[in-house]
Amino acid sequence: MDSYYDPKDLPKFADIGEEAPELAKKFFDYYGAVFAEGDLTEREKALIALAVAHAIQCPYCIDAYTQTCLEKGASLGEMTEAIHVTTAIRGGASLVHATQMRKIAKKLSM
Amino acid sequence: MSQKTAPLASSPDVSAELAQSLGIRPFAQTLVEHGLDLIRGETTTLQINLGLLCNHTCRHCHLEAGPGRTELMNRKTVDTVVAYARRESFQTVDITGGAPELNPNLGYLIETIAPEAPRLMLRVNLTAIAQQNTNYLLDLCMANRVVIVASFPSVSSSQTDAQRGKGVLDRSVAMLGKLNALGYGKNGTGLELNLVSNPTGAFLPVAQSHAEKKFRSDLERKWGISFNNLFTFANVPLGRFLTWLIDSGNLDSYMKKLFSGFNPCAVAGLMCRTLVSVNWNGYLYDCDFNLSKGVYLAGHKRHISEMDGLPGSGTRIPTGNHCYACTAGSGFS
Repeated sequence: MDSYYDPKDLPKFADIGEEAPELAKKFFDYYGAVFAEGDLTEREKALIALAVAHAIQCPYCIDAYTQTCLEKGASLGEMTEAIHVTTAIRGGASLVHATQMRKIAKKLSM
Repeated sequence: MSQKTAPLASSPDVSAELAQSLGIRPFAQTLVEHGLDLIRGETTTLQINLGLLCNHTCRHCHLEAGPGRTELMNRKTVDTVVAYARRESFQTVDITGGAPELNPNLGYLIETIAPEAPRLMLRVNLTAIAQQNTNYLLDLCMANRVVIVASFPSVSSSQTDAQRGKGVLDRSVAMLGKLNALGYGKNGTGLELNLVSNPTGAFLPVAQSHAEKKFRSDLERKWGISFNNLFTFANVPLGRFLTWLIDSGNLDSYMKKLFSGFNPCAVAGLMCRTLVSVNWNGYLYDCDFNLSKGVYLAGHKRHISEMDGLPGSGTRIPTGNHCYACTAGSGFS
């Protein structure tokens, strides 16, 4: 194995059902239903998935949802903005913990 | 990728050997496996390719059109084509290129063929029409109720310019604004403006209804532009687009995408079943893609001046692996 991540492994995702077919079926049925057009469009859902893929830093998901976003008509501008949302939330999640720091520091300080 | 302009005869093609090496069955075999045959129905559309001269060298162009091309339909061939249209009853005449706006005989063709065509379509690239004889051509289009079909791949400048050339989005938007000001794409004017969006890379197009809704909203919001219909088509792996697929390492995945997306239900509605295409020299083809490959109408070289009637219903249409682009998803109709 040259690398833990190989793009050729992505199409093998469905093989995960070989050892637990019932669970896999439930998962993939649910997965398909989640990404179907609803109150959110397929394009909007793909953009959310792309943003989440960057938050969890999954190379398979980034590959898959970059392609899906393009095929659902998202522009590179929209895709880039979606990843800035990821970045803002990730950065904000760190920064908001400064309230803990400030609270503890205040308690300890004169 | 380099912007190559090669002679048509050497245009790249997805050969049987190449397809086999990618694990893709020949298109003809796929048809047989689905119990299908691609045969001509009633021919209702005459598509006229005025030549390969274009002011762009778009990366997805299956004809490898560009500024260096010299293939142009001359006045004599135009007269022969118009005479054929006069003899037969086509519901639609569809003028394409290259950029047909750059052929000096375009105005003459519109004037002479319009009375023979209940629906006359002109495929423009929005920047060429701004380049020369603009007001003359637009007046002619309005007077003859010519349907304008304009290439507009994306509302993103980086994506549009990557496909068509630097600054193309801004110039295209400016021409759409001018067309709107003339009444094109506006309700109640009878002047129809349709957009065509090809993907700006090695991926399949958005479902047409979704794309139209998004483009309508974006064009109105960003530039106050309106249009009638939007059509989305997959890029066809021929010519300059195939060269780009090979150079960029995308050929394998793109062909597999087209192959796995084969939709047997799309075959009945393919445009080649109802269209005959004539090139700048007056020779006939089943579609613009077979024209690109040099595969003649029903496999036989025939000049439009030799035609006695419409192409026969029931004749078999020559296919190749490029046909997978027209049968992926909802198809190319």
